[in-house]
Amino acid sequence: MAAETQKKEILLPNERKMSFKERWSYTWHEMKRNKMCYIMLAPFMIFFLVFTIVPVCMSLPIGFTDFDMAHFPPKFVGFQNYYTMFLEDDVFIGAIRTTLIFAIFTGPLSYVLSFFLAWLINELHPVLKTVFTLIFYAPSMAGNIYFVWQLIFSGDTYGYLNAALTSLGITTAAIQWLTDANYVLICVIIVQLWVSMGAGFLAMRAGFQGIDKAMYEAGAIEGISNRWQELIFITIPSMGPQLMFAAVMQIVSAFTVDIVGRSLAGFPSTDYKVHTIMTHAFDYGWIRYEMGYSSAICFVLFLAMLICNNLIGKLLGKYMN
Amino acid sequence: MAKKELKPSQIAAQIEAENAAALEALRKRREKEHRKMEKSKGTNKQVGKSWKNDIGIFVFLSLLGLFMLLPIYIAIVTSIKPVNEIFIMPPRLYAMDPTFDNFKDLFVVANNSWVPFSRNVFNSIFVTVAATVLHVLFACTAGFVLAKCRFPGAKIINKIVVIALLFNSQVTYIMQYIVMAKLGMINTYSALILPLIASSMGLYLMIQSVSTIPDAMIEAAKVDGAGLMRICWGIVMPNSKPAVMTIIIFQFQAAWNSNGGSLVYDEALKTIPTVVQQIAAAGIARQGAIAASAVVLMIPPLAIFIAAQSNVMETMAHAGMKD
Repeated sequence: MAAETQKKEILLPNERKMSFKERWSYTWHEMKRNKMCYIMLAPFMIFFLVFTIVPVCMSLPIGFTDFDMAHFPPKFVGFQNYYTMFLEDDVFIGAIRTTLIFAIFTGPLSYVLSFFLAWLINELHPVLKTVFTLIFYAPSMAGNIYFVWQLIFSGDTYGYLNAALTSLGITTAAIQWLTDANYVLICVIIVQLWVSMGAGFLAMRAGFQGIDKAMYEAGAIEGISNRWQELIFITIPSMGPQLMFAAVMQIVSAFTVDIVGRSLAGFPSTDYKVHTIMTHAFDYGWIRYEMGYSSAICFVLFLAMLICNNLIGKLLGKYMN
Repeated sequence: MAKKELKPSQIAAQIEAENAAALEALRKRREKEHRKMEKSKGTNKQVGKSWKNDIGIFVFLSLLGLFMLLPIYIAIVTSIKPVNEIFIMPPRLYAMDPTFDNFKDLFVVANNSWVPFSRNVFNSIFVTVAATVLHVLFACTAGFVLAKCRFPGAKIINKIVVIALLFNSQVTYIMQYIVMAKLGMINTYSALILPLIASSMGLYLMIQSVSTIPDAMIEAAKVDGAGLMRICWGIVMPNSKPAVMTIIIFQFQAAWNSNGGSLVYDEALKTIPTVVQQIAAAGIARQGAIAASAVVLMIPPLAIFIAAQSNVMETMAHAGMKD
């Protein structure tokens, strides 16, 4: 009995059961002791709060209002915005479909592609590694250079693609790549894939570089006989953290496809073919100044991203363990 | 007799020498065997690796690389084509008579607008430098604290930072605009600079990289009486130079390419990307000038990335998420 009570007393303060008041006074004491930490954290956190946390959190309350930036205070309309969005706004329903199509291509496909490319690049000579990393990363670094695709997909015979197809005898007339509803989606997907080798790709490249070579030697002794087996049994399991990071980057780029489509196919695009949720929010936010509705759209987008992130985290976590 | 009777120390030395010789022989034999094994296995230790495979990979990557580079190449070629060549049918993938007229044109067009182009260049450089310096300073101190100090709230802030990676400026742009309008920041430099400072990506990379620095190093500095600020800038940051370089590069790219067209409407405050977009709005007739501006805009981030490439790779290796 005596030993037990003694044991209880040695427990650290935060492990011991404390009354509410005690816990608060302890926390307060700790906070005062670590004053310097908060001071060092403050400059970043102030900007972080104002420009990231507040905007994201604010999209919920403003989503319940009718707000045009001119009339204060915003008029409370309850669930009207959400009701309109899901039941009356056909364009929004179309935008969900388009976003999902884009998400599949620029999400999983681009993810697998960047993993595959990082893997292949890793097999090469160090100098070639650097060169290829640069080549694949360059498009996402080069800002607004995707305007060049407008020259390639140009609808008249001055367009590179039309000229090439005509001279090869595949087509006889110029195809309106960016205004024909049949082609515009696939064109924008290609460009989106082209710019998608960003930070996630770099993380994967670094992840491959960081794998211990001894693992492969051990694997060879254990009877792994080809590159595919190496990939599945050694490489992927030891790259978990990088894969997770790349997944987050991919979710962001997959759900926010907007500017590429808008600048290539014009706004609004033919039949709303490349009209994504982001484009819809842009439309209501910047052009119609219906900030309440735009906020509601943004909130739905945030929610979708969070859910997607959690799901992928759980999936990858399961696979890694 | 005296000759044969050795001193104990001499005996020891003899034994040692014999041992050393034996060890040396053993080592040589092992090395020989090892070399033999290496030879029989080929130089590559990984299974299934051969130069034929490598050439296959190289050819495949080169083809894909060509696809990646083609648009950039077309931009460069278009930028050095004279006007009469831009409208040749069918379009050519090279310039017959390269000129720098487009670059001159760009400058002339930009100079003939409301404010001199030098003003826009200054704006771009000012915004980029201010956003990068402030971001790096703040993200370094905050990253160090979040990675290495334990205080109430540290865990939850770390979690929030990871989740905030999802909400980059692209998604929060509209909501940010409302906040900035409320704060009266629209049409000032701060509308261009301040939102860039709070990028969660830089903070996240910093936290991940600083947490690989051994705690013992920080404890030693604490024992020696260094304050947290001193530890951060004197010990931790010099030891995480690659990470600092990386966030400088990422931030530079973001700030340099940021288009604050809807945040500032005063011509005197606009940055190069915004002005270029306005010129591009003139359409096909300015194709050469658009291409020239894209090439000019592309150079700084590219050059900086090439210069610091190894640093980026090192930092990204720590970027992974462990739950």
